[in-house]
Parts: sequence; C-alpha cells; structure tokens
Amino acid sequence: MDLLEYQGKELFARHGLPVPKGVHASTVDAAVAASETLGYPVAVKAQVLIGGRGKAGGIKIAKDGTEAHEYAGEIIGMDIVGPHGEGPFKVHELWVEAGSEIESEFYASVILDRSAKKLMVMLSRMGGMDVEAIAASDPEALVKQHVDPLAGLGETEAKEIVAQAKIPEEAAGQVASVLVKLVEVAQAEDATLIEVNPLIVNADGEVVLLDAKVTIDGNALFRHPELEELPEGADQDPQEAMAKERGLTYVSLDGNIGILGNGAGLCMSTLDVVAQAGGRPANFLDAGGGSKAEAIIDALEVITSNPEVTAILFNIFGGITRCDEVARGIIEATNKIGLELPLVVRLDGTNSEEGLALLAEAGLDNLHHEATMLGAAKKVVELAGN
Amino acid sequence: MSIIIDNDTKLVVSGLTGREGSFHGLRNKAYGTQLVAGVTPGKGGQDVEGTPIYDTIKESVEEAGANTSMIFVPAKFAAAAINEAIDSGVDTVIAITEGIPVMDMLPTYWKAKEKGVRLIGPNCPGVLSPGKANVGIIPAQFFDQGRIGVVSKSGTLTYQIGNELKQAGEGNSTIVGIGGDPIIGSDFIDILTLFDADPDTDLIVMVGEIGGDAEERAAEFIAAEISKPVVAYIAGFTAPPGKQMGHAGAIISGSSGTAKAKQEALEAKGVRVGESPTEAAQIAVETLRAL
Ligand SMILES: Nc1ncnc2c1ncn2[C@@H]1O[C@H](COP(=O)(O)OP(=O)(O)O)[C@@H](O)[C@H]1O
Ligand SMILES: [Mg+2]
Repeated sequence: MDLLEYQGKELFARHGLPVPKGVHASTVDAAVAASETLGYPVAVKAQVLIGGRGKAGGIKIAKDGTEAHEYAGEIIGMDIVGPHGEGPFKVHELWVEAGSEIESEFYASVILDRSAKKLMVMLSRMGGMDVEAIAASDPEALVKQHVDPLAGLGETEAKEIVAQAKIPEEAAGQVASVLVKLVEVAQAEDATLIEVNPLIVNADGEVVLLDAKVTIDGNALFRHPELEELPEGADQDPQEAMAKERGLTYVSLDGNIGILGNGAGLCMSTLDVVAQAGGRPANFLDAGGGSKAEAIIDALEVITSNPEVTAILFNIFGGITRCDEVARGIIEATNKIGLELPLVVRLDGTNSEEGLALLAEAGLDNLHHEATMLGAAKKVVELAGN
Repeated sequence: MSIIIDNDTKLVVSGLTGREGSFHGLRNKAYGTQLVAGVTPGKGGQDVEGTPIYDTIKESVEEAGANTSMIFVPAKFAAAAINEAIDSGVDTVIAITEGIPVMDMLPTYWKAKEKGVRLIGPNCPGVLSPGKANVGIIPAQFFDQGRIGVVSKSGTLTYQIGNELKQAGEGNSTIVGIGGDPIIGSDFIDILTLFDADPDTDLIVMVGEIGGDAEERAAEFIAAEISKPVVAYIAGFTAPPGKQMGHAGAIISGSSGTAKAKQEALEAKGVRVGESPTEAAQIAVETLRAL
C-alpha cells in the first residue's frame, strides 16, 4: 500500500521527524484558506502516487494569496505522468505546506533489500534528483548500508553513513538522527520503502524532510488500523476498486480479453500465453481457491464492468479446487448475470471430467471449451477480435 | 532418494486442530507421510483422528520424535510459530501460511540461518516427494515418481507443469514450492544445490516469476555450481510495473524484477527457458531423454 506524500509526512510527524507544517485541501478555496493560516511563502503540492511532480508542474511555490489561488486552480484537475511514463494520475487533492528556504538538498531512503534479506539505508548529499540518476552520474555519492536485522541501526553506524556520504559538518548530527528514526519508522510501521527526496537543510540550518514516499506492507495492515482506514488515492481504477471491495485479487491492464485464473502464477502465465497468441489481456484476476458460484459471479461482474472486454478466458487447473464445483459456479454465474460475451473455459485437474460433463449439459451458446491452456488462449484471441 | 522429505520424515503440524490444518495434515497422512503429532497450545493431550496433540513443538520432538514441522497457523501468529519450530529441535520447517508481514519474516529468516534449520516458505504449497511423503497442499495425483526435480515460486503453475510431465510419461524426484513472498526461507539456489547432490534427480525444472532477483542470482549460480541440466519457466511477461500480481513478492519495482530480465539472465548462462508451461515441460522431457 502506497501512501500519499501528506500521509507519509503525518506518519513521520508521529515519530518526531521534522516535516513542514501543512494542511490538506481538495478545493481552491480550502487551499487559499490554508495558505493564509500558514503564512507565505507556501508550497502547493499535488497529491498523487507518483514522483517527479515538481518537474511535471504539480508543485508550485506561492508568495501571496493571488498566487496561491492561481496555482491551486492550475494543479487541481491536472494530469501528472510519472518519470517512467506511469499514469496519467489526475490530481484531486493538494497538500499546502510552509515554504522552506532550501540551502542544500540530500537524498535518504530505507528499503527492503530482498536479495540480502535486510533493510538497507541509502544516503546521498546529491538530493532533489532521481536516485537512479544519482547512482548513474556518481555511484560513490550514493552510500548504501545494510541494517542488522536484530539490532537495528545505531547512532554510531548512522554517523558513519553520514560521514561516508560527506554530509556537511553542520548538518551531520541531525541527518544521523533522521536515519536512525527512519529505520525505526520502517520497523514500527511495517514500511518496505521510505524515500525522502529531498531531505533539506533550510536557511536556519535545520534539517527537514521535504518529501515522503512510503510503501506499507499490505500483509501488516492488521497492526495499523489507522493506516488501513486512510482514503485511497482517489484516482483508482474503477474495476480495481470494485474488485477490492469484493476481496478479489485484480489488476487492470489495457486490453480487451478478460481473464480469470486460479493461483497467481498460473494467472500470470495465462496473460503471457494470451499475449503470445496475439491477444491483449484486460486484467489479471486470481480466483485463488474460490470456486463457489458467488465468487465466480463476483469475478465475472468485475470483468464485464470493463466496457473494453469483448471475450473472456477462464483458465482453471483444479488442485484442491474441484472442477465440478467450478463448472457449477460458471453455469450459475453465466445465467445469473446473463453473460452474452464469448467465454472460453479450460478446466483441468481434480474432477475435470465431471466438470466438463456439467458444462456440456448446460448447453450455453457462448461457452467454448478447450482442452489445453494454449488452445484456450488461441480460441479466446480469435473470438475477441481487435 | 529425494530431497527435504522422504520415508523418514516424521511430521508435526502446528495448527492441526484448525480446519485447514486438519484437512491438509490428514491428507498428507493418507498419502503415507508419517504424521506423528499436532501442536495447538492449550490442547495438549487431545488427538485428531488418532494423532496426538501437544502444547509445544518441542514436546512433539521429545515425545513423538518429530523431525519436520509444518506451519498452518494464521498469518498474525505464524512467525512466532516458525520461531518456536526453529528452537524445537526439528531440522526442517515448512511454512504454508500466506500473508505473514515482511518485518516478522526478516528476523525469523536470520534465526533459521543461525540455527541451521531448513525453512521452506512461507506462502508456499509445500514439498512432495512422490511415492514417499507429501507435506503441504500439493495435490499428489498430478505427479508421478521420476527423475525430474521441480522448484517453484508458484503452486498452480507447478501443478500445470507437473501434470504435463506426467502426461508425457515422466515423473519427479521431489517438487518444492519455495513460495511467492519477498522474504522466503529457501531460495532457488538452496534447492538447486540439494537437487544437484541428489542421486535420484537427473534434471531440474525451475519455475520463477516477476519480482526480486532470485532468478538472476540462480542463473549465475547454475553456471558456476550446478552440473545437472536446468530448464526454466518464468511467468509475468505482461505484468505492468508497480502492480502486485497476486503474490506479495510478484511486483516489478521501477525497471527491476521483470520477466524479460530473468529470461535473458538465464539464457545468457545457457539455461533453456520455455515460452509457456507446456513448452517448458516439453524441453524438460526432451532434455531428460537425451541424457
Ligand atoms: N515545502 C517546500 N518548500 C520549498 N520548496 C519545496 C517544498 N516542497 C517541495 N519543494 C521543492 O519542490 C521539489 C519537488 O518536490 P517533492 O516534494 O520532492 O516532489 P516530487 O519528488 O514529486 O517532484 C523539491 O525538490 C523542492 O525543491
Ligand atoms: Mg521528491
């Protein structure tokens, strides 16, 4: 689960990390009112789940009420495209915060290093730019240090990282304590990524966290009810939102072939073979062990709510899941929602013969059975058209 | 021979009194696995269809001779159960539970390493040595006994490939589901090492997916250390960056963890990668028969 900048900063503030004072606003008037209370200059910042907002024009510094009004109006409703072409993300919300006078910009992050099975701290005195750009332009300027999984990060180790990154003397102590706290936040809040870019020194010599990119482990939300209740980034895909409500694992893609598979790996593989057969998958949907009619009705409703979809593929390999139950679910769901789109079904594994007999008996006109995964992929591509 | 589990496996199941735990634990027993104990704190002295329940895993080791633990405990408590198993004296812990927080798994991973206990999973379907023992949720009917070792991040995809091997007349020494989480106890490299040393394995099929760099590291390792042929399959070529594809670990971050990069890394080291599960199974069968 990714947090918006302001949600991340609120999290930082709860752990005593220095962030600018700010107010959340979703209208121009609210943004102007917030600016007046904060006092000028203010930073008017688009709240979307992607970095590079500054370059995209989603962050402006207003020095008076007229500018605050003008910039808030420009930014709300704008589309932001990420540095790697992600999005576009429409801006629905702003974070208005006290403007800082920036003396220097650093980069700091704590990430989960999956290869090393440890948290890793990264620090650079070259902030404000993309971390990949820092690593490319001057690899030595990006200091990386693993954290002992049992002991955490101590003040002494933090100071060594700071020294190695050649952070200026005046800021060194403050930056070291920021690193120590960031590791504590990662551990306490189950964050698998915390990126602060830039971490600045202001005109008063104070170190301040000016940006926040935070990812929380979705499996740990039971420990963080306050995070679980945070509003979603408003620009959610409608099918993904609908699937989430129904407890389905669904990812939107931009094709026209609706897909349901059981098991994450098999489902990913199904997308791949459909693409190899020349088709364009509309989604990833892992039915898991859900073979019951209600689960299949839910899945079909989500898939067909996408107007792009012209044909559907069910790829089921029954292990614990029994194919006869799946077949019953498919028949009931097809009838209940009056599905007219072509539906290609590949049903293999436990009780597949019984399942196929049930499907044949039901005599659904739009249902096509294929014996193999590759055959099913070819068939659905043929039926989907372009 | 086989790896990890065999006729000498003496299984204790944490969570045997639960619905899932009893269903699968008893299925494993019906398959022929020696199920010697179940563990549920506070239920010591009871039994599940004749299998004694103990309060702690340690007691099951001391009193019933358990040497392998299976964890079927809800995610919130699973890391604690794995930790208990690591300290109990068993030499293998197989964790089926899905959804364990990563911050719980980090210290647990290192604890297992330090104590020299083999941890498989979490978020995995378990291990099956056809004809010998089954620990976990792998449906045994799709696999025959044979000379191909399988190691996989995904459950159903493994059943798909195993079934294709079976239809082609080939079978498996052992099938190992290593799990789809970002932090897992045993990686491709660990299992490849075991298969390479196993006299009953002639060829290894490795099933990977997007996320992390375990496949890339395995490619290097295969070139340097593995003497048996390895055939691979990778899922997730069509996955978009930044989206979690079902498994907690199946996510492309920025430009790293893509299926293409994994395929290229493997092919660069001479490992053949099937375009589909079917093709991977075909290549495996051909390669095996040409040995
Ligand atoms: N409160 C602020 N005061 C002054 N400048 C700011 C403030 N917040 C952001 N900026 C400037 O805008 C740039 C981009 O902001 P940031 O929050 O890092 O967004 P992004 O990384 O999405 O571009 C910063 O590098 C900084 O120069
Ligand atoms: Mg930034």
